[in-house]
Amino acid sequence: MINKVVSGAEEAIKDIEDGSTLMLGGFGLCGIPENCITALVKKGVKELTCISNNAGVDDFGIGLMLQQRQVKKMVSSYVGENAEFERQLLSGELEVELIPQGTLATRCMAAGYGMPAIFTPAGVGTEVAEGKEIRNFKGKDYLMEYAFDADFAIVKAWKGDTAGNLIYRSTSRNFNPVMAMAGKITIAEVEELVEAGELDPDQIHTPGVFVHRIFQGANYEKRIEQRTVRTRG
Amino acid sequence: MLDKNGIAQRIAKEIRDGYYVNLGIGIPTLVANYIPEGINVVLQSENGLLGMGPFPFEGEEDADLINAGKQTITTLPGSSIFDSALSFGMIRSQKIDLTILGAMEVSENGDIANWKIPGKMVKGMGGAMDLVASAKNIIVAMQHVNKAGESKLLPKCTLPLTGVNCIKKIVTELAVLDILPEGGFKLIERAPGVSVDFIRQSTTGKLLADDNVPEMVLS
Repeated sequence: MINKVVSGAEEAIKDIEDGSTLMLGGFGLCGIPENCITALVKKGVKELTCISNNAGVDDFGIGLMLQQRQVKKMVSSYVGENAEFERQLLSGELEVELIPQGTLATRCMAAGYGMPAIFTPAGVGTEVAEGKEIRNFKGKDYLMEYAFDADFAIVKAWKGDTAGNLIYRSTSRNFNPVMAMAGKITIAEVEELVEAGELDPDQIHTPGVFVHRIFQGANYEKRIEQRTVRTRG
Repeated sequence: MLDKNGIAQRIAKEIRDGYYVNLGIGIPTLVANYIPEGINVVLQSENGLLGMGPFPFEGEEDADLINAGKQTITTLPGSSIFDSALSFGMIRSQKIDLTILGAMEVSENGDIANWKIPGKMVKGMGGAMDLVASAKNIIVAMQHVNKAGESKLLPKCTLPLTGVNCIKKIVTELAVLDILPEGGFKLIERAPGVSVDFIRQSTTGKLLADDNVPEMVLS
């Protein structure tokens, strides 16, 4: 079995350079690669293009990279929770491409499935469609959207094995599996790293062939963005 | 005039047994509290969950289990979890029967704007553009007028669009309105104590009303 294990986040991201295009998994703060983000902030790489559904919050997730001005361009679907992001966007410091969430996911999927483009009805008749090719199928208009082309995909899984197989937990799955398939180099951080053979092959979400580097992360905060509860009784 | 819970309560009456439903952030989320007894529905959350349950009991929150509004939630017997591409696959292939979402503006031909105010506010469209482009049935839950007192039911949207010619029904604190295929807001029901004249004054787009418009019955 091919061994994909690296020592930790710093080794995993060591060849990410200024100007790289990164995919980062997660939805809100759920299922984000915390250890790799910390390492990217420490390394101080700049001029990054980040493809991620959200941009973190001011003091967590991709928000930490925005604070250090490491991001040149964000490609996201929703950025409403991040005041520093909105400030950099409205002042023109940050380039932003907002795209529909399903288009974001499916452009990742297309890259992972080896397809150059997809057709989606999302955004037809809106500013998202500007400059894009429209094709009509069975009487309905669709936009042609290209597969993403990312240098690195950085994902977070619950469990992984030394062969790079990944299992996600609950809704922290979100964009992680499609991004894992889409990167030229895919880095996976996991809460628990086990030997090959310990995970049931029937339960694997991401086969190890898509993962180039894997490590067990440390000190997961797994911050909750909106803590909503009901009272007993 | 209804409050937000009243709007949610009225929309809940549109839900039929066996529906798969996607609820947007804000007032639509409240609809889950009013689904009638005996009606079996499955709530979809586009971050990757079918069968969304209520908020967890205090102390049982799970950071890995959230809805599209980033709120901690629970699963129910029969729930399933999947990735984001698959989630929008079931939306695009029309497996979701009803989408309920908020809006900043709706036009009399069914266009909706709800994601951006140029120069002021940019939150992003999230999954809204995908949902309105593909959903079989879409209901908008919103206030009839904005904070400046201006109508949000317009001849034409002024803000950047989320989708075109897609909204079928609107429920506000004042009224239930259908959008006619040929254009125009058809007044279906008035909120308790609200007159047709008042609704007309609050609606900039073309309003069509019969002589006797019934009052809403909420429960």
